[in-house]
Amino acid sequence: MYSEKVMDHFQNPRNVGEIEDASGVGTVGNAKCGDIMRMFLDIDENGIIREAKFKTFGCGAAIATSSMATELVKGKTIQEALQVTNKAVMEALDGLPPVKVHCSLLAEEAIHAALWDYAEKNNIKIEGLEKPKTDISEHEEEEEY
Amino acid sequence: MIYLDNAATTKTAPEVVDAMLPYFSEYYGNPSTIYGLGASCKKAVNDTRQIIADALSCKPEEIYFTAGGSESDNWALKATAEAYANKGKHIITSKIEHHAVLHTCEYLEKKGYEITYLDVDENGMVRLEDLKAAIRPDTILITIMFANNEIGTIEPIAEIGKLAKEHGVLFHTDAVQAFGQVPINVDEMNIDMLSASGHKLNGPKGIGFLYIRTGVKIRSFIHGGAQERSRRAGTENVPGIVGLGAAVERALSIMEEKTKKEIALRDYLIERIEKEIPYCRLNGHRTRRLPNNVNFSFLYIEGESMLIMLDGKGICASSGSACTSGSLDPSHVLLAIGLKHEEAHGSLRITLSEENTKEEMDFVVEELKKIIQRLRDMSPLYEDFIKSQK
Repeated sequence: MYSEKVMDHFQNPRNVGEIEDASGVGTVGNAKCGDIMRMFLDIDENGIIREAKFKTFGCGAAIATSSMATELVKGKTIQEALQVTNKAVMEALDGLPPVKVHCSLLAEEAIHAALWDYAEKNNIKIEGLEKPKTDISEHEEEEEY
Repeated sequence: MIYLDNAATTKTAPEVVDAMLPYFSEYYGNPSTIYGLGASCKKAVNDTRQIIADALSCKPEEIYFTAGGSESDNWALKATAEAYANKGKHIITSKIEHHAVLHTCEYLEKKGYEITYLDVDENGMVRLEDLKAAIRPDTILITIMFANNEIGTIEPIAEIGKLAKEHGVLFHTDAVQAFGQVPINVDEMNIDMLSASGHKLNGPKGIGFLYIRTGVKIRSFIHGGAQERSRRAGTENVPGIVGLGAAVERALSIMEEKTKKEIALRDYLIERIEKEIPYCRLNGHRTRRLPNNVNFSFLYIEGESMLIMLDGKGICASSGSACTSGSLDPSHVLLAIGLKHEEAHGSLRITLSEENTKEEMDFVVEELKKIIQRLRDMSPLYEDFIKSQK
């Protein structure tokens, strides 16, 4: 069901943990639909993301996308990190099953939520960043037979 | 590999395969034909009918072969609804039925039937007073499962049957998980219709039956030839039926011993998990449960992750989490017994067979402890919980 890359990031997740006194922390998702991601970012005075860590409650895909998202934003500028979209996370993982696409949306949103927290703490505005939704869910319409 | 998902399906027993094989290559005739080849196939089909009739204490002509549990449930509900529409259009079921019953009920609702979905208590038991209160003059059918497939709770079937009989309402039970696991007597329990499936009791997949008590007006579900007393057309799945017969004979002959062994293993596993893994809860009734069912919720973690990690250790189990159901909602059964969504997402179902051993249970507990700790260390919900304790 999952690609080798997804399985690798699920079984050996990178950057699990917390950052004490992080520059920005964002939590997205809800327990109702079974996925919660919390992302911690350490951003230096030049606006470079020095460290990224995560904690995730969720399925294999949720853990793998969190892991990949932290890998992708590390060492990037804030503007570059904003370009790490759900598509980029999915591509880096060699794809996700269709029912798991929302996990990659959650990962993108977790990055945005952590950046939003950073901006609020520092009283700055990050161009192109909108207030993230805290809850991502997809409602599939079922076909009637 | 340690296979602990026997509620999903079971290994086809070697003696079942042996019994089936001649009916592919040697006795391949159509039971409806006149020559000897067909007649020996017809005899094999009727032998199985007799085996099942003996198992349920009913008449062989009350057994109708189907393609499995889902077909039997669909048939029992849709055809009864149609046949008894003149009497009324009200059906009573429970919130913890299998989807083969629940989705059929939803379909019937769209066709103008009214369905009462009974709540269950925290152990998954239907309350008899609720059932009694729900029965109306226009109630035509009560359909309550014999035992639940997720949490293993065994419903008070004899009491439900008695109530149904007193009120002149038909009683159907989905016994897919119970048949071959616990003794069933359709007369003593006042069961009018019963669904069962071959592959849950070490028989082949794609074969099952519906028991229909003589006198129940039920229409044909599949129209065509005169097979199954013109009520279920289609050339019989002879190898499947023969396999089902062998599986039922086997299940009955080992039931006592198997039950004893499974209960001992089940209770050992439950005891070790409760003692050694914090923040867990046993789902389902502690004693009125299937001999082979263990179902736990582990707080602060999600089921699919747990299953993949167990699979990595060669352990096959299942979960009621949304991710394993193909939708975003966790198990309707776990929600119906009062679990919060996050508790339902963190559920693990282990269903044993008589082939499992105590050593395997020990291995499972040791691996489970590590996996759960690993996932909790990764979980923001666990982090919040630990911080709130300080």
